[in-house]
Amino acid sequence: MKVEVRLFATFRNGRWKSNIIDFKDGINIKEVLTHLNIRDDELGIALINGKHSSLDETLKDGDVLSLFPPIGGG
Amino acid sequence: MKGWIGKLIRVNLTEKTIKVEDLNMEDAKLYLGGRGLGSKYLYDEIDPTIDPLSPENKLIFMTGPLTGTYATCAGRFNVVAKAPLTGTIGASNSGGYFGPELKFAGYDGIIFEGKADKPVYLHIYDDIIELKSAEHLWGKDVFETTDTLLLENEEDARVACIGPAGEKQVLFATVMNDKDRAAGRSGLGAVMGSKNLKAVVVRGTKGIGVSDKFDFMSATKDAKEKIYANAVTGKGGGLASYGTEVLVNILNEMHGLPTRNWQTSYFEGGELISGEYLAENYLIRNKACFACPIGCGRVIKIPDGKYKGIVAGPEYEAGWSYGACCGVDDLNAINKANHVCNLLGLDPITMGATIACAMELFEIGAISKEDLGDELRFGDGDSIIKWTEKTGNREGFGDLLALGSYRLAEKYGHPELSMSVKKQEMPAYDGRAIQGMALEYATSNRGGCHVRGYLTSPEVLGIPMKTDPLTTEGKAGLLKLFQDLTALVDSSDICLFSTFAIGLPEISSMLRASTGLELTDEEFLLVGERIWNLEKLFNLEAGFTKEDDTLPPRLLNEPLTTGPAKGKVAELEVMLEEYYEVRGWDKEGIPTDEKLNELSLSAKALA
Repeated sequence: MKVEVRLFATFRNGRWKSNIIDFKDGINIKEVLTHLNIRDDELGIALINGKHSSLDETLKDGDVLSLFPPIGGG
Repeated sequence: MKGWIGKLIRVNLTEKTIKVEDLNMEDAKLYLGGRGLGSKYLYDEIDPTIDPLSPENKLIFMTGPLTGTYATCAGRFNVVAKAPLTGTIGASNSGGYFGPELKFAGYDGIIFEGKADKPVYLHIYDDIIELKSAEHLWGKDVFETTDTLLLENEEDARVACIGPAGEKQVLFATVMNDKDRAAGRSGLGAVMGSKNLKAVVVRGTKGIGVSDKFDFMSATKDAKEKIYANAVTGKGGGLASYGTEVLVNILNEMHGLPTRNWQTSYFEGGELISGEYLAENYLIRNKACFACPIGCGRVIKIPDGKYKGIVAGPEYEAGWSYGACCGVDDLNAINKANHVCNLLGLDPITMGATIACAMELFEIGAISKEDLGDELRFGDGDSIIKWTEKTGNREGFGDLLALGSYRLAEKYGHPELSMSVKKQEMPAYDGRAIQGMALEYATSNRGGCHVRGYLTSPEVLGIPMKTDPLTTEGKAGLLKLFQDLTALVDSSDICLFSTFAIGLPEISSMLRASTGLELTDEEFLLVGERIWNLEKLFNLEAGFTKEDDTLPPRLLNEPLTTGPAKGKVAELEVMLEEYYEVRGWDKEGIPTDEKLNELSLSAKALA
């Protein structure tokens, strides 16, 4: 299945902004992070189709996964 | 007691008198400084029903017991007056170096009363305090004014001043300091202009004492280590690397970025106005305020084109107001418009949002090409600059934009298109997608504002813990906590951004060691609650009621059309009822006698 992964802020360093990746069915966010070589504790926020999601949530074909390190501003 | 200097300058501009008086230490113990103590002086000394632009209003500059010390992010001060945009109490804080310098000169604050008959500025060099003519400065922009004053006085002095927008009493004019730092919201620059006060120049050579040096160094070291180690505030972290604009993408990805005057909540040009894009294409270096280990400020270069130049980069809110809210994805134009705000002394949140409102009024035909002398369409980068200049100088239609979006939209028969609360424009978080922010806007004591109880932090960023932005449960209690803590931070007076890494225990430790006040963490939080209730009393006495604790109809009635909050409106009613309850207020939002007694507060005029 194909998932569009979007990276933001420091996650882009040495990686990319956006990529459509072919994953095995039923992959969860934690496994995607491993694939991207991002440690769990480096993750700030993960959104699936814009919705805040936890590490064990699974993805489905056509989803957009947005990954952010901890960020703040205002 | 230490931390405070214990002295205050009182200037009567009508009488041209200057007095140095003792700081009211009884009040300082109860309200600390900055926003809290400034508000207490204002509450005690003016009638809340006065015209904010009349000589009866007072303009107060106030630092806090941490300002100018070794405490982390302790570069801030507050400007306090009754606010002309809202008619509420107005307190707006700013960073840079001006606040610490005022304390180095030997003063915690300045109270300006009355109105000068001709333009003047106040010059302070330690014990020398004098009013000088500012007639040669009137009409000059913020940068020219600052440069001229530094040539005429000490070259290493610090300057707070107004630009042409403040002189002409644009209702959202700012008080600027160190050129590009702003006490930005609610129009306090217009109050300064109404008093014919162009600037305050200060140079100080003295020190600031603290009560317990060892405890103080230990507390500040602990706070700094936490800031350095934090992924948001530390070296190489999001704020240092991308500035506050780092928020654009997350708000946009969750469909919470108000777009084209809040008609939608996703901006297709989001990436082009983001902190990442700014860092990649414009950033020269970071810039930090006094005692700040974070350095979120941006010095940027607009590399080419008609807006070419080196300027201060926009904050998230300005990038949004001119960007998504006006439908503009040209960061060159946004950077330039933001710079014009700094030059003329304008609040870019209200300015951009007011232009966006005018764009929608034009779109529906409520204002015409004849009214404007031109077209005004969403997405037009040139127009955001043009109308910012015309507003700051009050030329043509800019004279109407100078009143803010509410008065503009009302004049053209569509007040519902002003995206404001208590006539102040809301910033860059859609309350339909982030329910906690809806309640925050409706209850803020200075109208539409994000920094009075920043629930975006838990709701969107997961700091210090993650809450669900789509639900209303528990938001009232959480907001009360954030509002009270923020009032404490603003009165200490340190930067709110430090609270991404430190909290009540660290701030209380620094305050105890600085002031010698023997209060528990909970008692310091109670100081914040006291300040919040004092501000509320001011507003009630100024004539505000429960009816004003509301949101624009668009947020209450028009559901979002995309994203996780699709179909949702702001569920204010249920949250507001709970909020009044957790605040210990009655059903009309009036603090009960029991609550006031608990906080050692007494109302002047509420019987």
